[in-house]
Amino acid sequence: MKHIKTISLKNTVTDGGCGECQTACKTTVGQSCEKNN
Amino acid sequence: MNRIHMFELNEKKIVLDINSGSVHVVDELTWDIIKDYLNNSLNDIIYKYKSKYNEDSIKDAYKEIKFLIDKDILFSEDIYEKYVDINKQNIVKALCLHVAHDCNLKCKYCFASQGDYKGSKEIMSLDVGKKSLDFLVENSGNRRNLEVDFFGGEPLMNFEVVKELVKYGRELEKEYNKNFRFTITTNGVLLDDDKIDYINKEMQNVVLSLDGRKEVNDNMRLTDNDKGSYDLIVPKYKNLLKKRQDKDYFIRGTFTNKNLDFSKDVLHYKELGFDVTSMEPVVTDPKEDYAIREEHLDTILKEYEKLSKEYIKINKAGENFSFYHFIIDLNQGSCAIRRVAGCGAGSYYLAVTPNGQLYPCHQFVDNEELKLGDVEKGITNNELREEFKNISIYNKEDCPDCWARFYCSGGCHANAYNANGDFRKPDKLSCEMEKKRLECAISIAANLD
Repeated sequence: MKHIKTISLKNTVTDGGCGECQTACKTTVGQSCEKNN
Repeated sequence: MNRIHMFELNEKKIVLDINSGSVHVVDELTWDIIKDYLNNSLNDIIYKYKSKYNEDSIKDAYKEIKFLIDKDILFSEDIYEKYVDINKQNIVKALCLHVAHDCNLKCKYCFASQGDYKGSKEIMSLDVGKKSLDFLVENSGNRRNLEVDFFGGEPLMNFEVVKELVKYGRELEKEYNKNFRFTITTNGVLLDDDKIDYINKEMQNVVLSLDGRKEVNDNMRLTDNDKGSYDLIVPKYKNLLKKRQDKDYFIRGTFTNKNLDFSKDVLHYKELGFDVTSMEPVVTDPKEDYAIREEHLDTILKEYEKLSKEYIKINKAGENFSFYHFIIDLNQGSCAIRRVAGCGAGSYYLAVTPNGQLYPCHQFVDNEELKLGDVEKGITNNELREEFKNISIYNKEDCPDCWARFYCSGGCHANAYNANGDFRKPDKLSCEMEKKRLECAISIAANLD
């Protein structure tokens, strides 16, 4: 790829949703997944 | 509905594929033709740009765009609405325990109104605290990780109860196979060696409140005798940090319209030796003298950009320095199911007042109309609970079409309610700030990649 560099969700609908991750500062989910990291 | 968001920042041209979360850094040629890709043929695009780029390069870039589309990471579709989890099992996994509605500082902007939330000063008893943890365990279903934040007011004003509750939580862990993650948010006034050692042993995270530079902090965060608190608390924070080793912490401030140059306050944390930072816009009545209003927005957005440039410089120099809103995990962020549902307030996250009443979150505890129940009887206002459970990015005003929806997850319900009287009508100022912070975070990732 000469013109575009990809530096990075649909796959998480099958292996996500466990609800075990943490609910910073008391006053934005866009955190890491704890299960898959 | 837009499927991509394009922006230029920190010398990078960035294309975010909104629905897959993919981030593409592109050259000028791709930047130009990607805007025309969906509505024009290759020949049209060549004709349009032939005076600016050579034909082979246009064909190359066009091919690369098509390759990404075929991989479903460019112009991809939003498929997530059917995955909205409305917590049918009524699980609760996190509590904000207001162990003290009292405070030893009188910060001018405090949403807790100097700790008592506009009510009487009150301290949580051990009995109410234990019933809160029992309530949490009983309602946690199959969740193993449970979270309890000791909050106030100032939680160190009721530290013996905090310690007893941690001890009780450890007993419950064994009995019910749970994992309690305790955190504490403090203004630092009562920190001493014993408390620091205890916090560093038992608290998975500690949030230390400080507004940055001495003159900024001391303008807002006043002691009982109207003196600034900076000189009193900074040495205590440094002592805590020195002993904390590699455990999590945040130093966290609030900025108002009195310090719209807040990047200097964030960088002041670094000068003091703190490298995990957060700084939030004040949440208050717009009529307040220090409130953030529409006329301040442009200055604030530029300040975030300024901070992002410094952030890149610092991290490129090999120093570890983080600012909460600039942290973004492009490889393994939260799952989509989590992102569409948001913060969980009123659903799986609740606040408990000193006398055991349940509220949707710590921002709502002064509003009797929003009481959900209490720790003895559980949730009694089921209608309100259902309302909170059903909030998602697909039913909040403006969110379904917003490029940032999978990062901000609909934003703060309390900000929406305070600004517009409606949980589902986001506060515009908060939205604009969040979008800018996200652009900064993504551009930082592109620069540090």
